Amino acid sequence: MEKQYLFSGFGGQGILFAGKFLAYKGLIEGNEVSWLPSYGPEMRGGTASCSVVISDKAVASPIVAKPDVLIAMNLPSLDRFENSVRSGGYIFADSSLIERKVKRDDVNVYYVPATKLASDNGIPTLANMILMGKVLSVFGEFDDQNATSALKKVVSAKHADMLDVNLGALKIGADYKD
Amino acid sequence: MVVFDRPKALIDVPTHYCPGCTHGIVHRLVAEVIDELGIEGKTIGIAPVGCSVMAYNYFKCDMIEAAHGRAPAVATGVKRADPNNIVFTYQGDGDLASIGTAETVHAAARNENITVIFINNAIYGMTGGQMAPTSLPGQVTQTSPYGRDVKACGYPVKICEMLSQLDGPEYLERVTVNSVPNIRNAKKAIKKAFTNQLEGKGFSLIEVLSSCPTNWGMTPQNALKWIDEKMIPYYPLGVYKDRSGEEK
Amino acid sequence: MSEKVLMKGNEAIAEAAIIAGCRHYFGYPITPQTEIAAYMAKKMPKIGGTFLQAESEIAAINMVYGVSSAGKRVMTSSSSPGISLKGEGISYLAGADLPAFIVNVQRGGPGLGGIQPSQSDYFQSTRGGGHGDYHMIVLAPASVQEMAELTVKGFDLADKYRMTAMILADGTLGQMMEPVSLDIKVSPEPEKPWATNGTKMQREHNIVNSLSLVPDELEQLNIERFKKYAVVEQNEAMYEEYKCDDAEIVVTAFGIAARVAMHAIDRAREEGIKVGLIRPITLWPFPKAPFEKYADKAKCFLSVELSMGQMIEDVKLATKCKKPVYLCNRVGGIIPTPDEVLDFIRKLNQGGAL
Repeated sequence: MEKQYLFSGFGGQGILFAGKFLAYKGLIEGNEVSWLPSYGPEMRGGTASCSVVISDKAVASPIVAKPDVLIAMNLPSLDRFENSVRSGGYIFADSSLIERKVKRDDVNVYYVPATKLASDNGIPTLANMILMGKVLSVFGEFDDQNATSALKKVVSAKHADMLDVNLGALKIGADYKD
Repeated sequence: MVVFDRPKALIDVPTHYCPGCTHGIVHRLVAEVIDELGIEGKTIGIAPVGCSVMAYNYFKCDMIEAAHGRAPAVATGVKRADPNNIVFTYQGDGDLASIGTAETVHAAARNENITVIFINNAIYGMTGGQMAPTSLPGQVTQTSPYGRDVKACGYPVKICEMLSQLDGPEYLERVTVNSVPNIRNAKKAIKKAFTNQLEGKGFSLIEVLSSCPTNWGMTPQNALKWIDEKMIPYYPLGVYKDRSGEEK
Repeated sequence: MSEKVLMKGNEAIAEAAIIAGCRHYFGYPITPQTEIAAYMAKKMPKIGGTFLQAESEIAAINMVYGVSSAGKRVMTSSSSPGISLKGEGISYLAGADLPAFIVNVQRGGPGLGGIQPSQSDYFQSTRGGGHGDYHMIVLAPASVQEMAELTVKGFDLADKYRMTAMILADGTLGQMMEPVSLDIKVSPEPEKPWATNGTKMQREHNIVNSLSLVPDELEQLNIERFKKYAVVEQNEAMYEEYKCDDAEIVVTAFGIAARVAMHAIDRAREEGIKVGLIRPITLWPFPKAPFEKYADKAKCFLSVELSMGQMIEDVKLATKCKKPVYLCNRVGGIIPTPDEVLDFIRKLNQGGAL
């Protein structure tokens, strides 16, 4: 069983961080994983994206051309990747920044006003993790302990105080009902 | 009583240098300094591409032949590999001031703890007398047959003056070897350049105005005179930078 | 086995180099390999090593030449345009029979090209890259784990044969993270009696040199060097075979292209197509044996490359053109999708002329 994720948004929204968290969580849970960022000038203010593959066997290719799951944090990302999602796949959209609806009807869609929830909760930089919390809960993969272990891998030691804040963001997303 | 002998740091072989060329004198001075400082066993010399390309056959210490212009970079590697060793480069004007300008400038800027012996004879010797970056305005060479036209080929590069503008280098001096007193001065400068390295002070470059009777088309005597008459006025002798007086 | 950590391919190379005993790194920033320099800049000062950002790629490779002359393990890394600049130094390293370790995280070319992944420096690296008759050992990792393991192997081989070993990776492998175990065995460094590290007044002077003005002598040096290369070809070719036993179509690809190809092969197998993969791990020496073997059994070969078709020439040579060899490629920084490769395999399976 292999699941391919594509995260996309503006540079600075924590796209790569969220992907890294998911990859670590997959690793902790005994899976094979890969994480591949977009790189170059687009990292600097433009669109950032990253592909994460989580598989119970060796990851054949780290390049995600047809994601099972698209997490779009801005409109250009949805415009660009909506049609690439596998039929029957999932799209999670930050509805505070994406005003339009997903056009396809053969995918499962979740709208989460992540950026608004983040600023309402005083954690404006953590819309990424709120959206991630929703992703985990939809797949029934939210697990406090593994999430905490994964966060410990991606939150640097000097920002250890951010561990709980990140966990809180995941929970806000997990609990969100549209 | 022996009053004149070959320095121990020189190997007893005939060199390939032309009669009247001053490379031999500078080799000898470097070797004498190595002897006097007792550093032959921990010295590594870097030969350039140019007339002194085969200097590795003449010095008794370990020697490396570098690509054209790259000796300061190679020396940087050797020195960083073991900072206790003494590393010198021996480079001509084409090597150091043309194709290897970047390596020269940046080794100086880093104050790399090495010693650079720079032979400036205002011509490309090995390839048979072409214009060098240091050829004088109006100087006739194979590739400036009507004399170096500064409008077309620019002006000579004055290495000591140029490097003296950098904060990095420890010691920069221009000397020559066209007379006995000048040779004595040159040796003093070379010894200081090696002593600086032993003391960990950093980058020292000694520019030696040298003769090339063959490619200048002169007798050895006239070539030595040409240094006095033409080269020194354009390339004044002296110390261009010496940080030993500075507070560190 | 030690705990697996997620690392970028570039970082895995840097850490593996340190494990291999490398304490000298010289480089110049260029995307997409700069993480190697950044990692070394952070680590080397803490372990008594040297990190130096050189003024140019040319200077960096000559600093490598210097450290190697002194008998110590040393590396540089760059991406395609920077490797071209290093070409001069690589030729001198070969001419002076010095060991060195170089990483090329390829990007699209020619010229300044792009910064996205490519494999278009295959010719440059497998044919030498600089002037003169010589080879480098060229290692082509296909995962972050291999980036680390082949780095250690590269240092060992470089010392063993007094040659340059190069990792030929690409932007994807450099940038991606995968779990990696750094529990890697390092061979003891051989003695280097040829090194110019000071005579200590106890031996004749050593000379590191690539100049040889007497034609007979230079010819002999070349002949001797190629005897060494023959030993390397005999002993060091590495490859992986995947589902080739009954394959009618043998796909071949290295590095990231092999990962994509493997994905396509799995799906083609689900459709009942008899297809397998030969993945060269060393590009020089090129692993000829599996190609010779399957040239008689398979119907055709398919080379999947991120270039206009470079390795395909070695495939044709290794199969002695006994069977058709097709090319499935994307360039300019684009990686073919598994679907594209799968379509190609399907067409070949239907026997369609391509």
